Amino acid sequence: MLKDKTAIVGIGQTEFSKSIDSTELNLACKAIKNALGDAGISPDQVDALGSFTYEETPEFEIARNLGFGNLTYWSQAPYGGGASCAAIGQVAMAIASGIANVGVVWRSRKRGDPSSRMWSHTDEKIFDHWKWSRPSGLVRPVDESSMLIRRYMHQYDYSRESLGAVAISLRKYANANHEALMQHKFLNLEDYMEARMISDPLCLFDNCLESDGAIAIVITNLDIAKKLQNKPAIIHAYSQGMNKEHQLMTHYHGGDPLESSSYVTASNLWNLSDYSPKEIDVAQIYDAFSPMIPFSLEAYNFCSKGEALKLINDGLINIDGELPVNTSGGSLSEVYLHGMNLVTEAVRQIRGSAASQVNNAKLALITTCDATPNAAILLKGE
Amino acid sequence: MIETIPIPGIEDFDKVYWENCSKNKLTIQHCGDCNEARFPPRHMCPICQSISHDWKEVSGDAVLWSFVIPRPPLLPVFDKQSPYVVGLVELVEYENIRIIGQIQTNSNIDSIKIGDTLTIDFKKINNEISLPYWVKNN
Repeated sequence: MLKDKTAIVGIGQTEFSKSIDSTELNLACKAIKNALGDAGISPDQVDALGSFTYEETPEFEIARNLGFGNLTYWSQAPYGGGASCAAIGQVAMAIASGIANVGVVWRSRKRGDPSSRMWSHTDEKIFDHWKWSRPSGLVRPVDESSMLIRRYMHQYDYSRESLGAVAISLRKYANANHEALMQHKFLNLEDYMEARMISDPLCLFDNCLESDGAIAIVITNLDIAKKLQNKPAIIHAYSQGMNKEHQLMTHYHGGDPLESSSYVTASNLWNLSDYSPKEIDVAQIYDAFSPMIPFSLEAYNFCSKGEALKLINDGLINIDGELPVNTSGGSLSEVYLHGMNLVTEAVRQIRGSAASQVNNAKLALITTCDATPNAAILLKGE
Repeated sequence: MIETIPIPGIEDFDKVYWENCSKNKLTIQHCGDCNEARFPPRHMCPICQSISHDWKEVSGDAVLWSFVIPRPPLLPVFDKQSPYVVGLVELVEYENIRIIGQIQTNSNIDSIKIGDTLTIDFKKINNEISLPYWVKNN
């Protein structure tokens, strides 16, 4: 069993910026060094690695640069924004099962340059599942997500003003976080309503930032974790989820396109957990696009279908709300690193060291991309 | 970035679909054994795992499930078209078959609404590929 056997004991990051004059390998090495330093673990103790299939820095280069010991486990998790919790969960399972003792999971990405956007590399002839959408002009992930939020707003009678509350709530958290790219940029409803459309009904502020940076975390078994300097963020429950008929970014051809893979992940996660949604103190919800937050809140059963946007407008996800969400500013306003900043923020909340700290946070949910096959982790304090 | 419209590559399991689109006919793949309809086309029936399949022509009549209006930055060919409407349409003959296609707007994007009833048409891209799109019924 995985439950309560491992913990995140170190977190590290580089600076975050629109453009960093450095390689992804260089950034990865710095973030991992910082994470190991934070944990108080020597690099030669590392014997397991986890990353994303989209990660371009190979395990052996990471190991050779940082001076890791002999490695006994490594794995990669697919589906971009759906991968962070899966990469962490797989390393945690390897450690819980005794294959390894000290694991590092990292993501390094130079995404600020527009040419790095995956859709911009669409081929002249498409042989994968995108042949059924891109030729009609539905090309970018934002277009695929926009389809769902228009339907949701129609079905549950919401306006663009209601959706604006998501981006505005997260921006307030970023304004209080000195690491956030949007720390000094304020956002109100008027700014939101006047923003240029990217994929109507989604505007600029419904989209994550385009940024450069790297983040790493360190995982150990609980025996090692208890001897270290930081309060361990214990991995209580973990699950992946992919529902029937899912494709990379859409579930258009399944029973209800609004019922994402998050419903599969959530159901299994809560079954594996000793806790229920109402006991969760803080949530870090993957937010490449703002609709993913209301969609995920409903999938994880924090409220019923169609209710999330109303509750968000009533203050649910703010620091004084019942469930503060993306308390560092998230992908919309802190940095976009495929959700790894949501992991480090969940750890800070458990430690009690977040810029916008939730009082006595003991249980923190981390989710990954609602639009892809995905994963989630429930962290707990001691 | 490519300057042309990205074109679907034809594979053995969807060859007939594209051949029929080129004849302005929409056909849906059905299992040759259990007769279950499936979209998008694929090698195997997810219900009975048969690889035998055949194709049934449908009217193409559909209801608009949702739509988006992409704005730049897009692929250059779509930058030139923007603003345009791409919809996810539900075929009236099936409960769960949804297809992506452009929705003809006649320069009146505001007239497009979820729930609109639609008729199919085809746009010829080359000798092998015609893409289905939909037109709002009056």
